[in-house]
Parts: sequence; structure tokens; C-alpha cells
Amino acid sequence: MQPFFEQQRSPSEDKRWKIVEATARRHGREPHALIETLHTVQESFGYLDETALGYVAGLLRVPLSRVYGVATFYHFFTLKPKGKHTCVVCTGTACYIKGAPALLAAVGKRYGIQPGETTGDNRLSLVTARCLGSCGLAPAAVLDSAVLGKVTPATLVEQIERGVKHDA
Amino acid sequence: MTLEELRKIAAAEQQTQQKYGHRVHVCIAAGCLSSHSDLVKEALRKEVLESGMQSDVLVKGVGCMGLCSAGPLVAVEPEGTLFAGVKAEDAAEIVAGLDSGAPAATSCPTDVPFFERQQKIVLENSGKIDPERIEDYIAADGYAALVHALAEMSPAEVIQQVLRSGLRGRGGAGYPTGLKWTTVAKAGEERKFVICNADEGDPGAFMDRAVLESDPHRVLEGMALAAYAVGAQQGYIYVRAEYPLAVKHLKTAIRQAEHMGLLGNSICSTRFSFHVDIRLGAGAFVCGEETALLASIEGRRGSPRPRPPYPAEDGLWGCPTLINNVETFANVPPIVRKGGEWFAGIGTEKSKGTKVFALAGRVANTGLIEVPMGITLREIIFQIGGGIPEGKRFKAVQTGGPSGGCIPEQYLDSPVDYESLAKIGSIMGSGGMIVMDETSCMVDVARYFMEFCKSESCGKCVPCRTGTAQLHDLLAKITEGTATPAELALVEELCDLVKHTSLCGLGQTAPNPVLSTLRYFREEYEAHIAKKECRAGVCQMHASGEVMP
Repeated sequence: MQPFFEQQRSPSEDKRWKIVEATARRHGREPHALIETLHTVQESFGYLDETALGYVAGLLRVPLSRVYGVATFYHFFTLKPKGKHTCVVCTGTACYIKGAPALLAAVGKRYGIQPGETTGDNRLSLVTARCLGSCGLAPAAVLDSAVLGKVTPATLVEQIERGVKHDA
Repeated sequence: MTLEELRKIAAAEQQTQQKYGHRVHVCIAAGCLSSHSDLVKEALRKEVLESGMQSDVLVKGVGCMGLCSAGPLVAVEPEGTLFAGVKAEDAAEIVAGLDSGAPAATSCPTDVPFFERQQKIVLENSGKIDPERIEDYIAADGYAALVHALAEMSPAEVIQQVLRSGLRGRGGAGYPTGLKWTTVAKAGEERKFVICNADEGDPGAFMDRAVLESDPHRVLEGMALAAYAVGAQQGYIYVRAEYPLAVKHLKTAIRQAEHMGLLGNSICSTRFSFHVDIRLGAGAFVCGEETALLASIEGRRGSPRPRPPYPAEDGLWGCPTLINNVETFANVPPIVRKGGEWFAGIGTEKSKGTKVFALAGRVANTGLIEVPMGITLREIIFQIGGGIPEGKRFKAVQTGGPSGGCIPEQYLDSPVDYESLAKIGSIMGSGGMIVMDETSCMVDVARYFMEFCKSESCGKCVPCRTGTAQLHDLLAKITEGTATPAELALVEELCDLVKHTSLCGLGQTAPNPVLSTLRYFREEYEAHIAKKECRAGVCQMHASGEVMP
């Protein structure tokens, strides 16, 4: 009787599970590959849902509780899908003293969301980062994958408007 | 690979590069890349081709040149000219001026203290070599230390050089590197590990990222020398997932080094084998603590455990494990190549060598700098950093991130070394240095760091988990103007408790920002409480007289 380890087959036909399996296999499906495997899931699917957590638990023969514990311990992993666009505001020390709180307030006011939330129409997620390491460009933000340096509340909101409107 | 063969590769590469009359270096490290230096590089390449100068001009991507605030940066060798804030449109002017040496609109002087006051050991190749080409590193004396050590030196002799150099851990605590190596070397086990701690979680610090992005082979060579010295066969680099470019350059570097037989099985045809793998962090500050880092590599939550036993005796999977920081490993190849005495000749009596700092905040020149130990804070901030912009007044400099402290103006002439910084209530830390002016409220800064520690506490021990949360709430009350003098006394009591009873370094050092600001800026705390006044104008005070439930 091994209830935790039941699910060994891919949850669906989705090809992305093959990539996840490859990561697990590269590490000999050892329990220590847990974080590496979760990274691959998040990279492939964008977030970690219950199906993925259960599947990884079976794949590496690790209790689901431990998988859930690891997935929620580390800030990098997210259990919720992100919006179509993501705005990351750096709240590292250099950005903080150069006005990151004002950036968060401006974006929050315009879209009615707090850091960590996604707009109702799923268009924009607002998140914070501990430090992007772009302290020379403080305050910094990342819109999708573009790093924006020396931003002001007005320029940031304007850039987001442009990005979000682009695919409207 | 023999020393002879290595020299041949180096000579061939140097010859190839010297064929070019001008070598145009474009910074493609994260700072400049975020202002689109990749487009600048392409524009320069295209311009060189169009003007038919491709046999005389080499355009190459290099690592960080340091002056990140003025990026994207372009340098021309051998002339040594520098261009700052370059856009793709500026390519034509730069290429046109190569032969005449005519200055361009983006020309940037290099005879300024920012460049002249620095001394580069760790960053000597940074901004000079292409981080994605092993030949370029070899041409800059790369891997010479490793090949020489394997052929001519015993493991004990390598440790001897490191001991003699006086090198101390660059992660912040400053433990003598040679002693750590000796402990691991003495451990009798068969299986040993070498781990490079590249989980640079301090907000405001980006030294390790710059080293990994700009000169990844340097770190690999340092790790291989360490593995040879202590008798390890496997190495891990624990690097933040937030540093994709560093990860990419490391992966390329490992592949190239294995291909050349400088990593892997039977390195340089000796019996020494050393494999290096990358492990991605997942955004947990506590994983910079070595026992938490080990737990994370083992695929578990990053919870620390009490020490002793130290990882040097009981580390990864119970095996003796050497853990050093990126910058520590980067110091090793030149120490082995030039000898421990050379390194010990730089710096102060107890702190040898140089230190890399990420200079940021309210200072004119923000970026990456490397200075000899013993330089004063004033020299760093006002000469190299160019002082405070917009005519504002200097207030404090913060070193050591959430574990460090704020240093006020009266200590600006203190030398930068491990002991001096500890004496004035801060720490060397990993190298973040944030300058603050009169627009920063010190109580708010203390609250900011406590919020960080509260959210990063792993939750294992009570003093840290609950203490940081309570401290944060109390500090928040002070910044809101609703605290009483008794609560300030409570803050002090709680700081003392958290500092002395927490399990690991995170909790033990979490009160430092509060303690140091209380020591030097107590009147700001008192003004918040008694007069409900924030002189910096940062804190939003509740209207006086209003009582919070």
C-alpha cells in the first residue's frame, strides 16, 4: 500500500509533461530533485496546480505534503496562474529609498490591485521582487520581460497602459 | 591539458585579438542589458561591416564595467576610451571616430576617481573578456593556476597559499578561508563536496551576479582548486533562479571547461576528478545560511539547523562539505597563481585583499566597485561615488543588508574592514552599500528591513518567527505616530532577545538595523513618538490626538 506514490502516469497528453519527466529522470528520480523538478513545471506551465504537485510527488516518490511544503516555502513558486501581463516592482533597499512604494501605490490605484494580485479580467498581475540586482537603475520594474530603469509612477503606469492596450 | 598546451591556446587567442587595431567592448551584463546594450552591440557590428572595417575592428560582448548608472557602456581597447549611455543610433559616430580618436557625444572620462581609486582582483577580467568564451579567459591567464597546481603542488601546498594570503570569507562573516579548507581536508570521509554559495539574497547587493555573469570561469577555477585542496569530487553552485543570465553563462562555462578537460574526469590527465552541477534557488533569503542552503540542495525546505556540527564535518548528505561564497572562490586563482604573500600585501592587518561593493542609493555614481580593504567610507562615497546628488546632505550609509547597520556621518573616516565595521555596529556583509540622504527616514528604514526579515523568517524557531513580527508591528506603530515611549523600550528589549536566542544568523542579526539606527538616530525615533513628526517627510502620521484602538 503506497497511496502517496500512486500517480506515475502523466496527468494528460500535454507534451510539456515530457519535459518535466526528463528533469526528474536526469536526477535519477531521486527525492533531492524536487526543487529542480518544480522549477521545470513552473517554467513549462507558468504555475504549480494541484495536479502538478501530485504528479511530481509520484514521480519522485516523495509525500505530497513535502511537495506542498516546498512549493509554498519558496517565494519563487506560485500556485496561482498569473495574468496575461506581469509587472514586477523591485522593493530592494536601493529602489525602496528611491521611491518603490510610490510605484506600487500608483499601479495599485490605476488597476485596483494589491501586490500579489491579478486584475479581474486577468490582464495584469502586480508582484514585488526582493531585489532585481539592478540597483544602479533604481527604482526599477520589470514589465513582462523588459527591465525598466529609473521609472517614475507616471512613466510606469504609462508603459503598462501601452503594453496592456497593445493586445486589446 | 598541460601548462604548455594551455599557453598555446592563450598565445593563439592573444594573437587573434591583437590582429585587430580596435577592440570594441560592449557591456552585456544585466545592468546594461536592461537598457538594451544588445541592440547597441548589433548596431556596432553592422556599422563596422558597412564601413568595411571588419578586419581591423572587433566588436565583442563583455561583462560588467562597473558604472551601471551610466549604461549602456562601450569601451574601446587598446585606447582605453569609454562611452556611456550609448544608444544604437550612436554606433555610427563611435565607429567613425575609432581611427581619428575624435570624441563622441557619449564620450565618458576615465581619469576620474571612480576608475582611478579602484583596485581590481576579483573583477580584473570583468568588462574585458567575453564571458561566453573560455579561450578569452585562458588568454587572461585563466586556468593557469589550476593546471600549475595539479602538476606542481600538493593539496596541502594549495591550502598553505590560501592560509598565507589571509583571505577571509566574502559572504559577510569573514571566517578565514584557509582554516575552513583545512578542516574539510582533515575530515576522513571518502565523499566530500564543494559548494559555491551564489544565493545572493540581500536586497541592494549584486556583486556575485556581476562576477558570475562577467567571469564565470574564474569561479569554476576557484572551486576546482578548492576541490583539489580538500579532496572533493563533486561541486554544486547554488544560484538564484532570479539570475537567468548568470545561470546561462555558468552552464556554458561548465560545458566548455568539461570539453577542454579542465573539469570532469581525470582533469589534466591526473587522478583528480571534479564535476560541477548547478542548483537553482527558489527565492528564500534564509538559504544564504549554510545549513539552510544544504537542506535546499537536498530538495527540502530551507530550514537551518543548529551548528555545530559545522558543514565542514557534517554537510551535504552527511558528508564533509566546503561552502564558500562566489567572491571568495573568485579570489583563489590569483592567490595560487601569484602566491599568498602577494595577496597578503594588500589591505589591512586583519583584512587582506580587496572587497567588491555594490554602491547604490542616493549617490551620484551607482554601480559595482572593487576597493582595497582599509579604504575609508568617505573615500568610497565622496570620491568613487561622486557624492550625494541634487545638493542633498549625506545622512547614513547602510552596509550588510538586513543583517547590517546604518553608519552615520561621524564614522565616515572609519576604514572598511571586518573589525572596524563591526565596532561601529554594522558588518562587512556580502557587499551591498546603500547611501541615504536627508530624504530617508531612519525609523522607516529600520521598519523596512524588519519587514524583510519577518517575511523571510523560515518559521522554525520562535524568537525569529514571532520576534521579528512583533518588532515589525512596533516599528510600524512608531512610523504611524501611534507608539508610546514604553513601546520603544519594548523594542529594545525584544531586539536583545531575538539577537541572543534565534537559531541561525538570520534571526541573530535581524535586530541590527534597528539597534544601529537607535544608537545613532535615537532622536528620530523620539520625534516620531513624542512630537508625531517625521523630519524626512517619509512617514504618514496619524493626526495628533487621534488614538488608535
